[in-house]
Amino acid sequence: MKAITTFLTVAVLASVPLWLRDPYLLNALITTGIFVIGAMSLNLLLGFTGQLSLGHIAFFGIGAYVSALTSLGFDIGLPGGVRLVHEPWPPIVGLVLAILVAGLCGYFVGQLSFRVRGAYFVIVTISFAEVVRLVALNWVELTQGPLALTNIPSISLLLPGFGELTLRTKVQNYYLVLVVALIAYLLIARLVHSHFGRAMRGLMENETLAVSVGIDVTKTLTLAAVISAAIAGAAGSLYAHYIRIIDPEVFAFINTVTMVIMVITGGKGSLAGPVVGGLIFGLLPVALRPIMAPEAQWIAYGGVLMAILFVLPRGIVPSLAQRLARRRGRAAALAPVALTETGAKEPA
Amino acid sequence: MSEFLQHLVNMLVLGGTYALLGIGLTLIFGIMNVVNFTHGVLYTFGAYVMFIVVQQIGLNFFLALPVAVLAGWLLGAAIELTLLRPLRGSDIDTTMLVMIGAWIAMQSGTLWIWGGVAKSVATPFPEAPLVLGPVSVSWLRLFVLAAAALLILVTYLLINKTSLGRAMRATFQDHDTASLMGVNVDMIYTSTFAIGSSLAAAAGALLGPVYVIFPQMGDLAAVKAFAIVILGGLGNITGAVIGGFILALAEELGAGYVSSGYRDAMGFVIIIAVLIFKPTGLFARAERVG
Repeated sequence: MKAITTFLTVAVLASVPLWLRDPYLLNALITTGIFVIGAMSLNLLLGFTGQLSLGHIAFFGIGAYVSALTSLGFDIGLPGGVRLVHEPWPPIVGLVLAILVAGLCGYFVGQLSFRVRGAYFVIVTISFAEVVRLVALNWVELTQGPLALTNIPSISLLLPGFGELTLRTKVQNYYLVLVVALIAYLLIARLVHSHFGRAMRGLMENETLAVSVGIDVTKTLTLAAVISAAIAGAAGSLYAHYIRIIDPEVFAFINTVTMVIMVITGGKGSLAGPVVGGLIFGLLPVALRPIMAPEAQWIAYGGVLMAILFVLPRGIVPSLAQRLARRRGRAAALAPVALTETGAKEPA
Repeated sequence: MSEFLQHLVNMLVLGGTYALLGIGLTLIFGIMNVVNFTHGVLYTFGAYVMFIVVQQIGLNFFLALPVAVLAGWLLGAAIELTLLRPLRGSDIDTTMLVMIGAWIAMQSGTLWIWGGVAKSVATPFPEAPLVLGPVSVSWLRLFVLAAAALLILVTYLLINKTSLGRAMRATFQDHDTASLMGVNVDMIYTSTFAIGSSLAAAAGALLGPVYVIFPQMGDLAAVKAFAIVILGGLGNITGAVIGGFILALAEELGAGYVSSGYRDAMGFVIIIAVLIFKPTGLFARAERVG
């Protein structure tokens, strides 16, 4: 049943460029897809380990900058009169490096999450994102500061038998984002249903009990943070090579909030939640644009976030799943993934 | 040396308003266990009340200050009654996310009503600064320092010398026991949030005329308030006052001797450093948990 739904969703999404010719809508779908990947990675931390990272955009932005700088090259002076010169490399290497560097940053944040929990972890992650933003803004020699990195090359793939294919058109980029999103989804699904995923949920629901049965807290949380950050870094890299211009505003806190809204609305701790929430909030601005000013849209965003937390605190997907299950008269036999209670977390 | 003296004077002026911000947040955090993401918006709100009362209505500058404090108190009470009271008992992440929603809605509302163009407030103080040897400081800034000191004193007396303050301290220590002893905990929560909000609005009303007023001005103020609370330890008012001055000093020295671009990074660096090396804050009592 679940596999069929997933397959049908992918089939519908894959057919979109065949019937949708409007470049504006296609563009909205591509950026939405990139943010859905980010939201999925945030969900791995927020929904499955219960750690609310409000600096998640840092990993996305670091991925974007690493990928852009790798493919553009740079020439900077280091202390002691040494110059560090980097010749441009192919963008696909940038994507790989973006994943690695973002994952490394996730490692440090994961280590930190062992020391500080709850509200403190939230504030540390916000601070981390802001420090990275200020560095991107002020290290003009490397990042061009507010002038932005421009002319970032598009990703090109070496296909056997086809030669080199540079992904310039919207349709090509759409499929690229779809493939990466699918890989991220399958990776997270596989992870969550593994031994490691059960350890994460055990930690979230009752840390003392989880530790007493031998779950290694630091290792589990760090691994979750590394994978989450690496996926966010990949999303950032896709963003850089698609938009082809990156400035420090990519680190704006509002971008993290967008991802959080996507996850909370769709349903944290549910695999499909970020996809559903992401599609709603990615495409809502498109629908609202003719009737509402951007400021009014943001007011509506804030209102929707509050309303969802009051009315559907578990999000759309888990609530729907529960309603469906109840209709079939097996409310007790819920899908295990959809059953992560919001209030069950032990405060640190 | 004279440059250093100047930094010290600037630190005193900034530190006073930072302390106000920190006290408000630490009270709310400590007593209600709510991470108040609307703190920055309340700071912005105080500044905009000054703008409305002085520039648009045309009232006296000194009259506008109490109006801003009162308006902050009312808005805070309204937020507590409509958003926080129904969520009592839900986990800290849910209230945090609701506060983020409220913050986005209110900040965008400010942007929608007044636009993004920075506003300034006319003050009755002379343009020429007070010069004392190598140090110069504007009269407006001196007034800001005096007003902030007065407000800190009033808050201190309110918490330590009144029956409301005693009930707040009791609720901070153990809200169940306080409730059993006849303290109306719901009322204490509303008062705490309203007082904290009025202090944030006061800080905005004082610093707004020093700089310029724009809808996003509260974002950095909120992070600075978090830094101060983490420095001083949660719920610790004296710690918040000292934390306010330490942050102001770090910013002044950072801007003066490192790079002015990184002035605002100081708050974040302090947060990360304190949480890594001494997560309970610099002046914390031992029983605090991080």
